[in-house]
Amino acid sequence: MPKEEAIEVEGTVVEPLPNAMFRVELANGHRVLAHISGKMRMHFIKILPGDKVTVELSPYDLTRGRITYRAK
Amino acid sequence: MRSAPVIILKTPREIEKMREANRVVAEVLAETRERVKPGVTTRELDLFAEERCLKRNARPAFKGYRGYPFSLCTSVNEQVVHGFPSERRLEEGDVISLDFGALHRGFYGDAAITLPVGQVVEEARLLLATTREALYRGIEQCRASGRLYDISAAIQEHAEGRGFSVVRQFVGHGIGRALHERPQVPNYGVAGSGPVLKPGMVLAIEPMVNAGGSEVKVLEDGWTAVTVDGSLSAHFEHSVAITEDGYEILSEL
Repeated sequence: MPKEEAIEVEGTVVEPLPNAMFRVELANGHRVLAHISGKMRMHFIKILPGDKVTVELSPYDLTRGRITYRAK
Repeated sequence: MRSAPVIILKTPREIEKMREANRVVAEVLAETRERVKPGVTTRELDLFAEERCLKRNARPAFKGYRGYPFSLCTSVNEQVVHGFPSERRLEEGDVISLDFGALHRGFYGDAAITLPVGQVVEEARLLLATTREALYRGIEQCRASGRLYDISAAIQEHAEGRGFSVVRQFVGHGIGRALHERPQVPNYGVAGSGPVLKPGMVLAIEPMVNAGGSEVKVLEDGWTAVTVDGSLSAHFEHSVAITEDGYEILSEL
């Protein structure tokens, strides 16, 4: 069964917003509204401005994403 | 889809279990394809596949997966993937894709074939042959220290070389203890790029090729994907393990 393609991009966290949301500036210059993934929440992984993160963008709304990974 | 941000490598013992799970899928598809003829409903095919799977002590992997209500995906003509089985009767000249997955001993199998129903027009025959060939062209690129998108590029080149288009919205995927794992395996790409392939990776490679344009849209049932221009679509899939000296197609009998 094929999976719907999620576009994965790298970006840098610009600012934290309420409710574990973050504004992230992507490598291509776009700024998106991203939330921290449940997996990361579960493992208490903190995200701070300046962190380099991987964001998963849905094909349906390229201005919103999910942060799935924070680079060390 | 993913747990850790890395591609999970399977041990030889785990590959053995995946071999079994994929053999179940291959056998179920082989038996189900015999039932494909004018007059049969897609729901009948679904029920048959489900039963053949359970008989082998495996669980149909799709039923309940993210809410998918059936065991088999039956995609007819302009339906690309995830077609719902229904009371629709197959007619001579139709083209139907069967996508099946099984869970056996904790590991998943996943494979798909596209079949003509009776006699089909020449372009349909060519589309099916091309898509199946594209799958094997992609599989031939599987080798340790190769690159993931070598597979993607080979599929794209073969399909587009025949004047068809590859679907971009859906991708193949890693497979193992979960049905969908990292990495995503697109059917288009630049050779020589992407993650490095390593022994122990298992990829479900699944070219989806349209006779017309590449655009697809999802219907209101939230699942069935159809070509936007109404052209025919074909889909073939194998689950392939990367080995020390190349690859092994787990879902081939």
